[in-house]
Amino acid sequence: MLAQKKPSPFLLGYRLYVVAFFIFLAAPLISAGAFAFNDSLFPALPWQGFTLDWFFSDTEPKLGMFHDRRLLQGLYYSFVIAIFVAALSVFVGTTNAFLFVRGEFPGKNFFYIMMVVPLVIPGVILGISILVLASDTANYVENRFDLELEFLRPGILLVVLGQFSFIATITSLVITARLKKFDETMEEAAFNLGASRARVLRTITLPFLRPAMIAAGIVAFLVSFENFNTTLFLVGSEAPLTITMYDRMAKVGSTPVLNAVSFVLMVGSGLLALLSILIQRDRSAQ
Amino acid sequence: MQNRDIKRLMLILLFAPFALWIVLLIILPHIGMVVLSLKEKVAPRVYEYSFANYLEFINEPIYWNTLLRTGSMSLLVTALALLIGFPIAYYIAKIAGPRARGGLFLLCLIPLWVSDLIRSFGWILLLRETGVISNFLLWTGLIGQPVEFLYNDAAVIVGLVYTVILFMIVPLVSTLDGMDNSMIEAGYNLGGSGFTVLRRIIVPYAMPGIVAGCIVTFMLTAGSYLTPILLGGKNSSWFTEQIYNQFITRFNWEGGAAFGMLLLLFTSIVIWLGLKLSGQTLANTVAKS
Repeated sequence: MLAQKKPSPFLLGYRLYVVAFFIFLAAPLISAGAFAFNDSLFPALPWQGFTLDWFFSDTEPKLGMFHDRRLLQGLYYSFVIAIFVAALSVFVGTTNAFLFVRGEFPGKNFFYIMMVVPLVIPGVILGISILVLASDTANYVENRFDLELEFLRPGILLVVLGQFSFIATITSLVITARLKKFDETMEEAAFNLGASRARVLRTITLPFLRPAMIAAGIVAFLVSFENFNTTLFLVGSEAPLTITMYDRMAKVGSTPVLNAVSFVLMVGSGLLALLSILIQRDRSAQ
Repeated sequence: MQNRDIKRLMLILLFAPFALWIVLLIILPHIGMVVLSLKEKVAPRVYEYSFANYLEFINEPIYWNTLLRTGSMSLLVTALALLIGFPIAYYIAKIAGPRARGGLFLLCLIPLWVSDLIRSFGWILLLRETGVISNFLLWTGLIGQPVEFLYNDAAVIVGLVYTVILFMIVPLVSTLDGMDNSMIEAGYNLGGSGFTVLRRIIVPYAMPGIVAGCIVTFMLTAGSYLTPILLGGKNSSWFTEQIYNQFITRFNWEGGAAFGMLLLLFTSIVIWLGLKLSGQTLANTVAKS
């Protein structure tokens, strides 16, 4: 049934199933993107002709996404948040990789499990638990010392921390996998040649890890950019794009400008994902 | 001796970020949530410790019905994702030629990075009354007037399977990739039928991938917020929606924290059971995907 044999009716049926699956996979993405180019006020059929107004028009009712201040602001906040999350997660991911690959300490297995756990906690729960702790702390400080800690109220910092809390697991796993493949004799050789610890790290170990660190950073950036569940509870007045789009969808209903944003996001994240795969594949082939 | 001190210092320095992350962002917040969930408002600004929030959950059938509904539908979605996804993963890992393999895997990965919001949005455009499928069926003459496919359980399930299936396929592909083809051939040579080979060789080998995929898809489904609301309409009755209502709409943080604990407890028990029944551990399944 499953071996590679001559083309049989079964294999033909199997191929058709695979084709059907990829149509299923592509259909919603294509429809989310395609209506951005429809010259109509609603993202629906019939097709009214091709237009780029939903990207570039600067007048209502067809205000294009590049002139829609709220959407652009959301995009900007998403960028800022994603960059902080990616930087922080890659840093902690790298220290975790060294900790768990090189370090020997009691309870290592237990701590390793602890590191994986955030990945199996629903995002909503991560969001509310961090919201609760931050608010409790802020309230306590306010009542006790009459000090208002603005940064513990919903806003960019809490969003970054909330997303970091589980994205750090992803980057740790990616970078740990790479460090495990490292041949330690290379470091020993460098030590024997008289290199200092810092120099070995800088010239041998980190360059070896770099592709994994870049790939992990891109993944962290993308996951942060598309996150909704955790962000929902921690967001303040600086709403990232997913929240802005959801608000728009829930209040105004969908207009093709959301298709335009979807199209840009799909192209952007597709390119980034491709880049991260190429970086990882290129180096591991050597 | 000095060397040992340096090693120890390095270990502490490496441990610090890990400990800060886990303690400040995972452990303390969850303890805070448990404490909050056990508080009951007895008068303005006066709280007492009690199980009132949990009792409210038990006494109000809408609440536990929603949790049970969320749980059973999540299990169904997980099973469907496995059934639909396994043949695809097998095709990519074992049947496709080397070049097609990379391409197909990439095709699987790209939608993974598109947000839930856009994926659900795409399904809305396909399924709604004025949407693509309804129009297509009208055009072929199969239906006489526009049909609304949205706002029912089937739409929610389709949307959820779509959202999570890639998290099933990716770990399955990487597990099956590591399997030696000669194991399958040996199964056939020993006279096994296709089904026997699948059941006795392929599935046991793929078990870590299957369990990893199931855990992640179940957790993502039970914790999802957007897809059930957007595709199921205002009455999608998903448990995360109840949590949101308690927190944001009713500003009842104590109740919301209790609901959050219940959801966490529920998903943890299911995941724990899944690991026990399949004899896997978190470290050799999820940590590998």
